[in-house]
Amino acid sequence: MAASPLRRGLLGRTYLMPLIIAVISSAGLLFALIGDGLWDYLSWLALGFPVAIGLWFSNRRSRDQRRSTRGAV
Amino acid sequence: MTNKALRQWSWVHKWTSLVCTLFLLLLCVTGLPLVFYHEIEHVLGNEVEAPEIENPGVNASLDTIVTNSKAHFPGKQLQYLSWDEEEPALVYAGLGDELDSEDGNRYLALDARTGEALGEIPFQGTVMFYVYRLHVDIFAGLAGKLFLGFMGLLFVASIVSGIVVYSPSMRKLDFGSVRHHRPRAVRWLDLHNLLGIVLAAWMIVVGGTGASIRGRIWFSVWRNDQLTEMLGAHKDNPRPETPASLETAIQTARDKVPGMIPSFVAFPGTLYSSTGHYTVFMHGDTPLTSKLLQPVVIDAATGDFTDTREMPWYVTTLLISQPLHFGDYGGMPLKILWAILDVITIVVLVTGLYLWFRRRRPNAANRFADDAEIAPRYAGAPAE
Repeated sequence: MAASPLRRGLLGRTYLMPLIIAVISSAGLLFALIGDGLWDYLSWLALGFPVAIGLWFSNRRSRDQRRSTRGAV
Repeated sequence: MTNKALRQWSWVHKWTSLVCTLFLLLLCVTGLPLVFYHEIEHVLGNEVEAPEIENPGVNASLDTIVTNSKAHFPGKQLQYLSWDEEEPALVYAGLGDELDSEDGNRYLALDARTGEALGEIPFQGTVMFYVYRLHVDIFAGLAGKLFLGFMGLLFVASIVSGIVVYSPSMRKLDFGSVRHHRPRAVRWLDLHNLLGIVLAAWMIVVGGTGASIRGRIWFSVWRNDQLTEMLGAHKDNPRPETPASLETAIQTARDKVPGMIPSFVAFPGTLYSSTGHYTVFMHGDTPLTSKLLQPVVIDAATGDFTDTREMPWYVTTLLISQPLHFGDYGGMPLKILWAILDVITIVVLVTGLYLWFRRRRPNAANRFADDAEIAPRYAGAPAE
């Protein structure tokens, strides 16, 4: 049982980043509902977070890869 | 979790996704322009603007507005008047062939200060009308709405099961790993996992609220349940031949719930009121309370106050769900974020569809290269 993937994922680090992102994006959804002005700015920042993480990690390795391709040639 | 449980979750993820993916693609593609509905209608010239006038501080009597609305569409029945906080100089009128008809309704903008009819707001037959219908009911009325709602629920189920199968799939990888040097099937699996898990919360909220927004249905429940209760002995009052002044009725509503302003008023005999009453839906003036409605019922024969109550939980839930689905509650930057998140959702759907297709028909050449990596890690696969 201790070795089951979901359990290990929950206890370990697999779900750590996803959990942080989920909490921040949910907060972003609520902030703009609570108020205007500062709350809107907070909401844009918080909802921009999953977008930034998604885009950054999608492209991250491609730079490493380009480097290693150049190295190989 | 046992291998058997994992296999079951994989099965749930596969089938809930497969059934809803094509409809979700339709919803994402049509949802994108709907995020910018007002901006697009503005550019297309389908919005009416209030002219500059000399004495802007004074508003016309709502009774004049009622008269002018009816005069603009002779033979049509006036169903609603509504207000928009962003456009204080305008009042909108909704008219239909019958008091309780929904199809073919026409919308008119009037000048709140002079009472003059400014022009029809076109809806039927516009480009956005087709986009809207595709998004809301695929031109199939109530059946289409319920069907798309069900697809929304499957979407939520596929996200939840996707979160479960994310763990075994990421067993040997760091968060955010995308193996760009590997074949496309592996690369796209990594992208699907990354973008899917990053957007999970937003997709659950937008998918879940989209599935539950069935406005007319919840308002019908309210009308049969609480409105009937509020009217008590007056519930079967006939529709008055010459209704009491609307101006006075709205003033009475304002006095009964101080601090709130009218959002819309439903005329006697329409879907949002009873046969013998005006129902004035008031809303607050703070960001949160402006989304909530409180109905004030006014006897349309006498103009007397009948009752007011807070909306039941299901209508309140609906009213809070709407902004969370539309993304229209935090200015233009929030709309732009909504659009980006929508496009990323399309990427998650397309990569998911590709992975299913790829697993279904692995050709011999690729079999050895990628199958071990893109196959779900279960079924007693030998430990590497």
